[in-house]
Amino acid sequence: MTDRAFVVVRAGALTTVQDRGRSGHAHMGVPRSGALDPDAAALANRLVGNGVEAAVLETTLAGCAVRPRCAVTVAVGGAPCRVSVDGRPVAWGAAVRVEAGAVLEVGGAERGVRSYVAFAGGVAAGPVLGSRSTDLLSGLGPAPLADGMVLPLGAAPPPGTARYEVAPWRGVPEEVVLRVRLGPRDDWFTAGALRTFGTGAYRVSSASNRVGLRLEGPPLERARAGELPSEGMVLGAVQVPPDGRPVVFLADHPTTGGYPVVGVVREADLAVAAQAAPGTRVRFVRVG
Amino acid sequence: MRALEVGERALLLEFERGEEARAFHAELLRRRAAGALPRIREIVPAERTVLLDGVTDPARLAARVAGWAAPPLDAREGPLVEVPVRYDGPDLDEVAALWGVAPAEVGRVHAAIEYRVGFCGFAPGFGYLTGLPERFAVPRRAAPRTAVPAGSVALAGPYTGVYPRASPGGWQLIGTTRAVLWDPAREPAALLSPGLRVRFTEEGV
Repeated sequence: MTDRAFVVVRAGALTTVQDRGRSGHAHMGVPRSGALDPDAAALANRLVGNGVEAAVLETTLAGCAVRPRCAVTVAVGGAPCRVSVDGRPVAWGAAVRVEAGAVLEVGGAERGVRSYVAFAGGVAAGPVLGSRSTDLLSGLGPAPLADGMVLPLGAAPPPGTARYEVAPWRGVPEEVVLRVRLGPRDDWFTAGALRTFGTGAYRVSSASNRVGLRLEGPPLERARAGELPSEGMVLGAVQVPPDGRPVVFLADHPTTGGYPVVGVVREADLAVAAQAAPGTRVRFVRVG
Repeated sequence: MRALEVGERALLLEFERGEEARAFHAELLRRRAAGALPRIREIVPAERTVLLDGVTDPARLAARVAGWAAPPLDAREGPLVEVPVRYDGPDLDEVAALWGVAPAEVGRVHAAIEYRVGFCGFAPGFGYLTGLPERFAVPRRAAPRTAVPAGSVALAGPYTGVYPRASPGGWQLIGTTRAVLWDPAREPAALLSPGLRVRFTEEGV
Protein backbone atom coordinates (compact mmCIF):
# COMPACT_ATOMS: atom_id res chain seq x y z
CA MET A 1 0.00 0.00 0.00
CA THR A 2 1.29 3.46 -0.79
CA ASP A 3 -1.57 5.61 0.48
CA ARG A 4 -0.81 8.51 2.81
CA ALA A 5 -1.65 6.91 6.14
CA PHE A 6 -0.04 4.98 8.95
CA VAL A 7 -1.05 1.95 10.97
CA VAL A 8 -0.74 1.91 14.74
CA VAL A 9 1.45 -1.06 15.68
CA ARG A 10 1.75 -0.28 19.41
CA ALA A 11 -0.50 2.43 20.85
CA GLY A 12 1.48 2.76 24.10
CA ALA A 13 0.00 3.87 27.42
CA LEU A 14 -1.86 6.84 25.99
CA THR A 15 -1.12 8.29 22.58
CA THR A 16 -3.36 11.01 21.21
CA VAL A 17 -3.53 13.28 18.18
CA GLN A 18 -2.87 16.91 19.13
CA ASP A 19 -2.53 20.25 17.46
CA ARG A 20 -2.82 23.69 18.98
CA GLY A 21 -6.32 22.99 20.28
CA ARG A 22 -9.71 24.64 19.89
CA SER A 23 -10.43 28.09 21.16
CA GLY A 24 -13.59 30.13 21.19
CA HIS A 25 -15.86 27.32 22.40
CA ALA A 26 -15.36 27.43 26.18
CA HIS A 27 -18.81 28.96 26.68
CA MET A 28 -20.29 25.74 25.26
CA GLY A 29 -18.27 23.67 27.72
CA VAL A 30 -15.53 22.72 25.25
CA PRO A 31 -11.97 22.60 26.68
CA ARG A 32 -9.17 24.09 24.62
CA SER A 33 -7.18 20.83 24.49
CA GLY A 34 -4.04 20.75 22.28
CA ALA A 35 -0.48 19.52 22.83
CA LEU A 36 0.51 19.78 26.50
CA ASP A 37 4.07 20.72 25.49
CA PRO A 38 3.27 22.99 22.54
CA ASP A 39 6.88 24.11 22.18
CA ALA A 40 8.05 20.53 21.65
CA ALA A 41 5.20 19.83 19.22
CA ALA A 42 6.07 22.96 17.24
CA LEU A 43 9.76 22.04 17.05
CA ALA A 44 8.97 18.53 15.83
CA ASN A 45 6.70 20.03 13.18
CA ARG A 46 9.37 22.46 12.01
CA LEU A 47 11.91 19.65 11.66
CA VAL A 48 9.70 17.94 9.06
CA GLY A 49 8.76 21.16 7.27
CA ASN A 50 5.23 21.48 8.69
CA GLY A 51 3.60 24.61 9.98
CA VAL A 52 3.35 24.68 13.77
CA GLU A 53 -0.41 24.06 13.57
CA ALA A 54 -0.05 20.58 12.02
CA ALA A 55 -1.36 17.69 14.12
CA VAL A 56 1.20 15.40 15.78
CA LEU A 57 1.09 12.36 18.04
CA GLU A 58 1.52 12.96 21.77
CA THR A 59 2.73 9.88 23.67
CA THR A 60 2.61 9.36 27.44
CA LEU A 61 5.62 7.74 29.17
CA ALA A 62 5.52 4.52 27.13
CA GLY A 63 6.02 5.79 23.55
CA CYS A 64 4.32 4.07 20.60
CA ALA A 65 5.06 2.37 17.27
CA VAL A 66 3.57 3.08 13.85
CA ARG A 67 3.98 1.68 10.33
CA PRO A 68 3.54 4.32 7.60
CA ARG A 69 2.04 3.02 4.34
CA CYS A 70 4.05 5.58 2.39
CA ALA A 71 7.58 6.90 2.63
CA VAL A 72 7.43 9.83 5.02
CA THR A 73 9.75 12.14 6.93
CA VAL A 74 9.17 12.07 10.68
CA ALA A 75 10.69 13.73 13.72
CA VAL A 76 10.36 12.69 17.36
CA GLY A 77 10.78 15.41 19.98
CA GLY A 78 9.59 16.28 23.46
CA ALA A 79 10.54 13.74 26.11
CA PRO A 80 13.87 12.13 25.05
CA CYS A 81 13.52 8.47 24.05
CA ARG A 82 15.08 5.81 21.85
CA VAL A 83 13.85 5.99 18.28
CA SER A 84 14.30 3.22 15.75
CA VAL A 85 13.15 2.26 12.25
CA ASP A 86 12.77 -1.48 11.68
CA GLY A 87 14.91 -2.02 14.78
CA ARG A 88 17.76 0.21 13.59
CA PRO A 89 18.44 3.20 15.90
CA VAL A 90 17.82 6.62 14.34
CA ALA A 91 18.10 10.16 15.65
CA TRP A 92 15.79 11.65 18.24
CA GLY A 93 15.08 15.35 17.72
CA ALA A 94 15.90 15.30 14.01
CA ALA A 95 14.16 14.57 10.70
CA VAL A 96 14.24 10.87 9.82
CA ARG A 97 13.07 9.19 6.61
CA VAL A 98 10.80 6.17 7.11
CA GLU A 99 10.14 3.96 4.07
CA ALA A 100 6.69 2.60 3.28
CA GLY A 101 5.98 -0.43 5.46
CA ALA A 102 8.85 0.16 7.90
CA VAL A 103 8.07 0.34 11.62
CA LEU A 104 8.91 3.54 13.49
CA GLU A 105 9.40 2.68 17.14
CA VAL A 106 9.21 5.51 19.67
CA GLY A 107 10.61 4.22 22.95
CA GLY A 108 9.47 5.04 26.47
CA ALA A 109 10.35 8.47 27.84
CA GLU A 110 13.82 8.40 29.42
CA ARG A 111 13.15 11.78 30.98
CA GLY A 112 9.93 13.75 30.97
CA VAL A 113 6.54 12.32 30.08
CA ARG A 114 5.37 13.24 26.58
CA SER A 115 7.15 12.69 23.28
CA TYR A 116 5.84 14.20 20.05
CA VAL A 117 5.88 12.48 16.67
CA ALA A 118 5.55 14.83 13.70
CA PHE A 119 4.95 13.45 10.19
CA ALA A 120 5.60 15.59 7.10
CA GLY A 121 2.08 16.66 6.11
CA GLY A 122 0.69 16.18 9.60
CA VAL A 123 -1.83 13.69 10.98
CA ALA A 124 -4.95 14.39 8.91
CA ALA A 125 -7.66 13.07 11.26
CA GLY A 126 -10.96 14.90 10.73
CA PRO A 127 -11.07 18.23 12.55
CA VAL A 128 -13.79 18.92 15.14
CA LEU A 129 -14.57 22.59 15.80
CA GLY A 130 -11.44 23.59 13.93
CA SER A 131 -9.01 21.26 15.70
CA ARG A 132 -7.71 17.71 15.32
CA SER A 133 -6.91 17.46 19.03
CA THR A 134 -8.15 14.58 21.14
CA ASP A 135 -9.97 16.05 24.12
CA LEU A 136 -10.07 13.38 26.80
CA LEU A 137 -12.39 15.29 29.13
CA SER A 138 -15.26 15.63 26.69
CA GLY A 139 -14.41 12.97 24.15
CA LEU A 140 -14.02 15.28 21.15
CA GLY A 141 -11.62 14.69 18.29
CA PRO A 142 -9.99 11.41 17.27
CA ALA A 143 -10.12 8.56 19.79
CA PRO A 144 -6.82 7.81 21.58
CA LEU A 145 -4.67 5.51 19.46
CA ALA A 146 -5.42 1.80 19.60
CA ASP A 147 -3.43 -1.05 18.06
CA GLY A 148 -4.42 -1.60 14.43
CA MET A 149 -5.96 1.85 13.98
CA VAL A 150 -5.21 3.59 10.67
CA LEU A 151 -4.75 7.37 10.61
CA PRO A 152 -4.44 9.50 7.47
CA LEU A 153 -1.53 11.81 6.71
CA GLY A 154 -1.79 15.18 4.98
CA ALA A 155 0.00 16.09 1.76
CA ALA A 156 3.75 16.37 2.37
CA PRO A 157 5.16 19.89 2.31
CA PRO A 158 7.51 20.61 -0.61
CA PRO A 159 11.11 19.46 -0.04
CA GLY A 160 13.35 22.05 1.56
CA THR A 161 10.59 23.54 3.77
CA ALA A 162 12.20 22.32 6.99
CA ARG A 163 13.90 25.27 8.60
CA TYR A 164 15.92 23.41 11.20
CA GLU A 165 18.04 20.31 11.21
CA VAL A 166 18.17 19.82 14.95
CA ALA A 167 15.82 21.13 17.61
CA PRO A 168 16.95 22.68 20.88
CA TRP A 169 15.35 20.68 23.68
CA ARG A 170 14.60 22.42 26.92
CA GLY A 171 15.26 19.38 29.09
CA VAL A 172 13.42 18.33 32.21
CA PRO A 173 14.58 19.94 35.46
CA GLU A 174 15.03 17.99 38.71
CA GLU A 175 12.64 20.40 40.34
CA VAL A 176 9.87 22.19 38.45
CA VAL A 177 9.41 25.83 39.44
CA LEU A 178 6.07 27.29 38.47
CA ARG A 179 5.65 31.05 38.48
CA VAL A 180 2.20 31.83 39.80
CA ARG A 181 0.13 34.95 40.21
CA LEU A 182 -2.25 34.81 43.17
CA GLY A 183 -5.99 35.07 42.65
CA PRO A 184 -8.77 35.26 41.86
CA ARG A 185 -9.74 33.33 45.06
CA ASP A 186 -6.63 33.58 47.23
CA ASP A 187 -8.88 35.27 49.83
CA TRP A 188 -10.54 31.86 50.35
CA PHE A 189 -7.33 30.64 52.02
CA THR A 190 -5.68 31.40 55.34
CA ALA A 191 -2.48 33.47 55.48
CA GLY A 192 -0.73 30.28 56.61
CA ALA A 193 -2.03 28.42 53.56
CA LEU A 194 -0.69 31.11 51.23
CA ARG A 195 2.72 30.85 52.94
CA THR A 196 2.62 27.08 52.57
CA PHE A 197 1.69 27.46 48.92
CA GLY A 198 4.74 29.64 48.30
CA THR A 199 7.21 27.56 50.30
CA GLY A 200 5.87 24.02 50.39
CA ALA A 201 7.56 21.15 48.58
CA TYR A 202 5.04 19.43 46.34
CA ARG A 203 5.38 16.32 44.26
CA VAL A 204 3.62 15.35 41.05
CA SER A 205 1.02 12.68 41.78
CA SER A 206 0.58 9.66 39.53
CA ALA A 207 -3.08 10.69 39.23
CA SER A 208 -2.00 13.55 36.94
CA ASN A 209 -3.34 13.55 33.40
CA ARG A 210 -4.14 15.89 30.51
CA VAL A 211 -6.80 17.56 32.64
CA GLY A 212 -4.48 18.55 35.43
CA LEU A 213 -1.19 18.15 37.22
CA ARG A 214 -2.23 16.79 40.62
CA LEU A 215 0.12 17.49 43.48
CA GLU A 216 0.94 15.77 46.73
CA GLY A 217 2.19 17.86 49.62
CA PRO A 218 1.02 20.13 52.41
CA PRO A 219 -2.71 20.85 52.10
CA LEU A 220 -3.92 24.43 51.80
CA GLU A 221 -6.32 25.39 54.53
CA ARG A 222 -9.38 27.42 53.66
CA ALA A 223 -10.20 30.65 55.47
CA ARG A 224 -13.89 30.26 54.75
CA ALA A 225 -16.42 27.48 54.55
CA GLY A 226 -19.20 27.13 52.05
CA GLU A 227 -19.27 26.61 48.34
CA LEU A 228 -18.03 28.84 45.58
CA PRO A 229 -20.58 29.28 42.81
CA SER A 230 -19.24 27.62 39.65
CA GLU A 231 -17.08 30.02 37.61
CA GLY A 232 -15.02 30.05 34.41
CA MET A 233 -11.60 28.37 34.58
CA VAL A 234 -8.41 29.27 32.71
CA LEU A 235 -5.42 27.22 31.59
CA GLY A 236 -2.87 27.12 34.42
CA ALA A 237 -5.45 27.76 37.16
CA VAL A 238 -4.39 26.19 40.47
CA GLN A 239 -7.66 24.81 41.76
CA VAL A 240 -7.85 23.60 45.34
CA PRO A 241 -10.44 20.89 46.05
CA PRO A 242 -11.65 20.26 49.63
CA ASP A 243 -8.67 17.98 50.41
CA GLY A 244 -6.42 21.04 50.05
CA ARG A 245 -4.09 19.51 47.43
CA PRO A 246 -3.55 21.86 44.49
CA VAL A 247 -4.35 20.82 40.91
CA VAL A 248 -2.77 22.78 38.05
CA PHE A 249 -5.18 22.84 35.12
CA LEU A 250 -3.69 21.64 31.82
CA ALA A 251 -5.15 21.72 28.30
CA ASP A 252 -8.13 19.38 28.83
CA HIS A 253 -9.36 21.23 31.94
CA PRO A 254 -13.08 21.80 32.48
CA THR A 255 -14.26 25.22 31.32
CA THR A 256 -16.11 25.95 34.57
CA GLY A 257 -15.52 24.72 38.10
CA GLY A 258 -16.66 25.24 41.64
CA TYR A 259 -13.45 24.95 43.66
CA PRO A 260 -11.53 28.13 44.48
CA VAL A 261 -8.49 29.02 42.37
CA VAL A 262 -5.65 30.20 44.58
CA GLY A 263 -3.48 31.38 41.68
CA VAL A 264 -2.67 30.99 38.00
CA VAL A 265 0.57 29.54 36.65
CA ARG A 266 2.22 31.40 33.77
CA GLU A 267 1.40 29.77 30.48
CA ALA A 268 5.11 29.68 29.57
CA ASP A 269 5.73 27.31 32.53
CA LEU A 270 3.02 24.79 31.67
CA ALA A 271 5.04 22.92 29.05
CA VAL A 272 7.60 22.10 31.75
CA ALA A 273 4.78 21.13 34.12
CA ALA A 274 3.42 18.75 31.48
CA GLN A 275 6.81 17.01 31.26
CA ALA A 276 7.04 16.49 35.04
CA ALA A 277 6.80 12.77 35.74
CA PRO A 278 5.09 11.46 38.87
CA GLY A 279 7.33 12.08 41.88
CA THR A 280 8.97 15.22 40.42
CA ARG A 281 9.35 18.04 42.95
CA VAL A 282 7.29 21.15 42.26
CA ARG A 283 7.55 24.58 43.84
CA PHE A 284 5.37 27.61 43.29
CA VAL A 285 7.02 31.01 43.08
CA ARG A 286 4.81 34.01 43.45
CA VAL A 287 5.13 36.70 40.77
CA GLY A 288 3.32 40.04 40.53
CA MET B 1 -19.63 44.40 39.76
CA ARG B 2 -16.13 43.41 40.84
CA ALA B 3 -13.37 42.75 38.31
CA LEU B 4 -10.73 40.23 39.42
CA GLU B 5 -7.59 39.62 37.41
CA VAL B 6 -6.99 35.94 36.69
CA GLY B 7 -3.34 35.33 35.82
CA GLU B 8 -1.93 37.57 33.13
CA ARG B 9 -4.48 37.05 30.42
CA ALA B 10 -7.94 36.92 31.97
CA LEU B 11 -10.47 38.90 33.91
CA LEU B 12 -13.29 37.56 36.06
CA LEU B 13 -16.31 39.84 36.40
CA GLU B 14 -18.23 39.00 39.54
CA PHE B 15 -21.81 40.07 40.28
CA GLU B 16 -24.08 40.01 43.31
CA ARG B 17 -26.79 38.10 41.52
CA GLY B 18 -26.97 35.67 38.63
CA GLU B 19 -29.40 37.88 36.70
CA GLU B 20 -26.83 40.69 36.69
CA ALA B 21 -24.17 38.34 35.32
CA ARG B 22 -26.54 37.19 32.56
CA ALA B 23 -27.47 40.78 31.68
CA PHE B 24 -23.81 41.78 31.54
CA HIS B 25 -23.02 38.73 29.41
CA ALA B 26 -25.73 39.82 26.95
CA GLU B 27 -24.24 43.33 26.94
CA LEU B 28 -20.78 41.91 26.17
CA LEU B 29 -22.20 39.88 23.27
CA ARG B 30 -23.96 43.01 21.94
CA ARG B 31 -20.73 44.99 22.12
CA ARG B 32 -18.76 42.19 20.49
CA ALA B 33 -21.31 41.92 17.66
CA ALA B 34 -21.00 45.68 17.16
CA GLY B 35 -17.20 45.39 16.99
CA ALA B 36 -16.87 47.44 20.16
CA LEU B 37 -14.89 44.92 22.23
CA PRO B 38 -11.14 44.38 22.13
CA ARG B 39 -10.00 40.88 21.14
CA ILE B 40 -11.15 38.37 23.77
CA ARG B 41 -10.65 34.67 23.05
CA GLU B 42 -13.32 33.31 25.37
CA ILE B 43 -16.34 34.83 27.09
CA VAL B 44 -17.49 32.28 29.66
CA PRO B 45 -20.55 33.05 31.78
CA ALA B 46 -21.16 31.02 34.96
CA GLU B 47 -23.46 31.26 38.00
CA ARG B 48 -22.56 34.78 39.11
CA THR B 49 -19.53 35.61 36.98
CA VAL B 50 -18.40 36.20 33.43
CA LEU B 51 -14.83 35.17 32.59
CA LEU B 52 -13.01 37.05 29.85
CA ASP B 53 -10.04 34.90 28.79
CA GLY B 54 -7.34 35.59 26.24
CA VAL B 55 -7.20 39.33 26.92
CA THR B 56 -4.14 41.42 26.04
CA ASP B 57 -4.36 43.82 28.98
CA PRO B 58 -6.73 42.68 31.76
CA ALA B 59 -6.15 45.75 33.97
CA ARG B 60 -7.00 48.10 31.14
CA LEU B 61 -10.08 46.10 30.18
CA ALA B 62 -11.18 46.10 33.84
CA ALA B 63 -11.09 49.88 33.86
CA ARG B 64 -13.10 50.00 30.64
CA VAL B 65 -15.86 47.55 31.57
CA ALA B 66 -16.34 49.22 34.97
CA GLY B 67 -18.16 52.04 33.22
CA TRP B 68 -20.48 49.83 31.19
CA ALA B 69 -24.13 49.59 32.16
CA ALA B 70 -26.07 46.44 31.29
CA PRO B 71 -29.84 46.86 31.12
CA PRO B 72 -31.74 44.09 32.93
CA LEU B 73 -32.68 41.29 30.55
CA ASP B 74 -36.18 41.44 29.21
CA ALA B 75 -37.71 37.99 29.70
CA ARG B 76 -38.77 37.97 26.04
CA GLU B 77 -35.40 39.10 24.72
CA GLY B 78 -33.26 36.80 22.58
CA PRO B 79 -33.88 33.77 20.41
CA LEU B 80 -36.14 30.99 21.74
CA VAL B 81 -35.47 27.27 21.37
CA GLU B 82 -38.24 24.72 21.85
CA VAL B 83 -37.35 21.30 23.21
CA PRO B 84 -40.00 18.58 22.95
CA VAL B 85 -40.00 16.31 26.02
CA ARG B 86 -41.68 13.10 27.10
CA TYR B 87 -42.02 13.33 30.85
CA ASP B 88 -41.21 9.71 31.58
CA GLY B 89 -38.07 9.97 33.75
CA PRO B 90 -37.25 7.47 36.51
CA ASP B 91 -37.21 10.20 39.18
CA LEU B 92 -40.64 11.60 38.34
CA ASP B 93 -42.25 10.23 41.52
CA GLU B 94 -39.46 11.53 43.74
CA VAL B 95 -39.59 15.01 42.18
CA ALA B 96 -43.40 15.02 42.43
CA ALA B 97 -43.10 14.25 46.15
CA LEU B 98 -40.53 17.03 46.65
CA TRP B 99 -42.75 19.47 44.79
CA GLY B 100 -45.93 18.26 46.49
CA VAL B 101 -47.73 17.52 43.25
CA ALA B 102 -48.96 14.41 41.45
CA PRO B 103 -46.36 12.74 39.15
CA ALA B 104 -48.45 13.65 36.12
CA GLU B 105 -48.21 17.31 37.13
CA VAL B 106 -44.39 17.50 37.05
CA GLY B 107 -44.25 17.84 33.26
CA ARG B 108 -46.97 20.46 33.25
CA VAL B 109 -45.11 22.58 35.82
CA HIS B 110 -41.73 22.10 34.10
CA ALA B 111 -43.08 22.93 30.63
CA ALA B 112 -44.99 26.01 31.80
CA ILE B 113 -41.78 27.83 32.79
CA GLU B 114 -39.64 29.74 30.36
CA TYR B 115 -35.94 29.20 30.95
CA ARG B 116 -32.74 30.90 29.93
CA VAL B 117 -29.39 29.18 29.44
CA GLY B 118 -27.24 30.67 32.20
CA PHE B 119 -24.03 28.87 31.35
CA CYS B 120 -22.57 25.62 30.05
CA GLY B 121 -20.14 23.14 31.56
CA PHE B 122 -19.83 19.53 32.71
CA ALA B 123 -19.93 18.32 29.07
CA PRO B 124 -19.97 20.10 25.71
CA GLY B 125 -23.48 21.39 25.13
CA PHE B 126 -24.69 20.83 28.70
CA GLY B 127 -26.53 24.02 29.61
CA TYR B 128 -27.49 25.09 33.13
CA LEU B 129 -30.97 26.52 32.56
CA THR B 130 -32.21 29.17 34.96
CA GLY B 131 -35.78 30.21 35.61
CA LEU B 132 -37.06 27.47 37.90
CA PRO B 133 -38.73 29.17 40.89
CA GLU B 134 -36.96 28.55 44.19
CA ARG B 135 -39.75 26.34 45.56
CA PHE B 136 -39.05 23.82 42.79
CA ALA B 137 -35.34 23.45 43.56
CA VAL B 138 -34.46 19.79 44.23
CA PRO B 139 -31.31 18.20 45.68
CA ARG B 140 -29.01 16.07 43.56
CA ARG B 141 -29.48 12.33 43.98
CA ALA B 142 -27.64 10.93 47.01
CA ALA B 143 -25.77 8.49 44.76
CA PRO B 144 -25.10 9.55 41.17
CA ARG B 145 -26.07 7.16 38.40
CA THR B 146 -23.16 5.62 36.55
CA ALA B 147 -25.00 5.99 33.23
CA VAL B 148 -27.56 8.61 32.30
CA PRO B 149 -28.86 8.25 28.74
CA ALA B 150 -28.37 11.07 26.20
CA GLY B 151 -31.41 13.33 25.98
CA SER B 152 -32.37 12.92 29.64
CA VAL B 153 -34.13 16.03 30.96
CA ALA B 154 -33.04 16.61 34.52
CA LEU B 155 -33.24 18.84 37.59
CA ALA B 156 -30.71 19.78 40.29
CA GLY B 157 -30.65 22.73 42.65
CA PRO B 158 -32.12 25.77 40.93
CA TYR B 159 -31.29 24.39 37.46
CA THR B 160 -32.78 22.22 34.79
CA GLY B 161 -30.78 20.77 31.90
CA VAL B 162 -30.53 18.05 29.29
CA TYR B 163 -27.69 15.52 29.07
CA PRO B 164 -26.14 15.94 25.59
CA ARG B 165 -24.67 12.43 25.63
CA ALA B 166 -24.66 9.37 27.83
CA SER B 167 -22.58 10.02 30.94
CA PRO B 168 -22.58 9.49 34.69
CA GLY B 169 -24.77 12.01 36.48
CA GLY B 170 -26.45 12.89 39.75
CA TRP B 171 -29.36 15.02 38.56
CA GLN B 172 -33.00 13.95 39.01
CA LEU B 173 -34.33 12.62 35.70
CA ILE B 174 -37.84 13.69 34.75
CA GLY B 175 -38.03 13.10 31.01
CA THR B 176 -36.39 12.49 27.66
CA THR B 177 -36.04 14.46 24.44
CA ARG B 178 -35.11 13.43 20.92
CA ALA B 179 -33.59 16.86 20.29
CA VAL B 180 -29.88 16.75 19.41
CA LEU B 181 -28.18 18.84 22.08
CA TRP B 182 -24.68 18.60 20.71
CA ASP B 183 -23.45 18.13 17.15
CA PRO B 184 -19.92 19.34 16.35
CA ALA B 185 -20.82 19.34 12.64
CA ARG B 186 -23.60 21.86 13.26
CA GLU B 187 -23.16 25.62 13.66
CA PRO B 188 -23.46 26.31 16.52
CA ALA B 189 -22.61 22.85 17.81
CA ALA B 190 -24.59 23.34 21.04
CA LEU B 191 -28.39 23.57 20.74
CA LEU B 192 -28.45 25.41 24.08
CA SER B 193 -25.77 28.06 24.41
CA PRO B 194 -25.61 30.81 27.05
CA GLY B 195 -28.24 33.52 26.74
CA LEU B 196 -30.81 31.52 24.74
CA ARG B 197 -34.40 31.27 25.96
CA VAL B 198 -35.73 27.73 26.23
CA ARG B 199 -39.22 26.30 26.41
CA PHE B 200 -39.95 22.60 26.93
CA THR B 201 -43.05 21.33 25.15
CA GLU B 202 -44.84 18.28 26.50
CA GLU B 203 -44.98 15.48 23.94
CA GLY B 204 -47.80 12.96 24.01
CA VAL B 205 -46.86 9.36 24.75
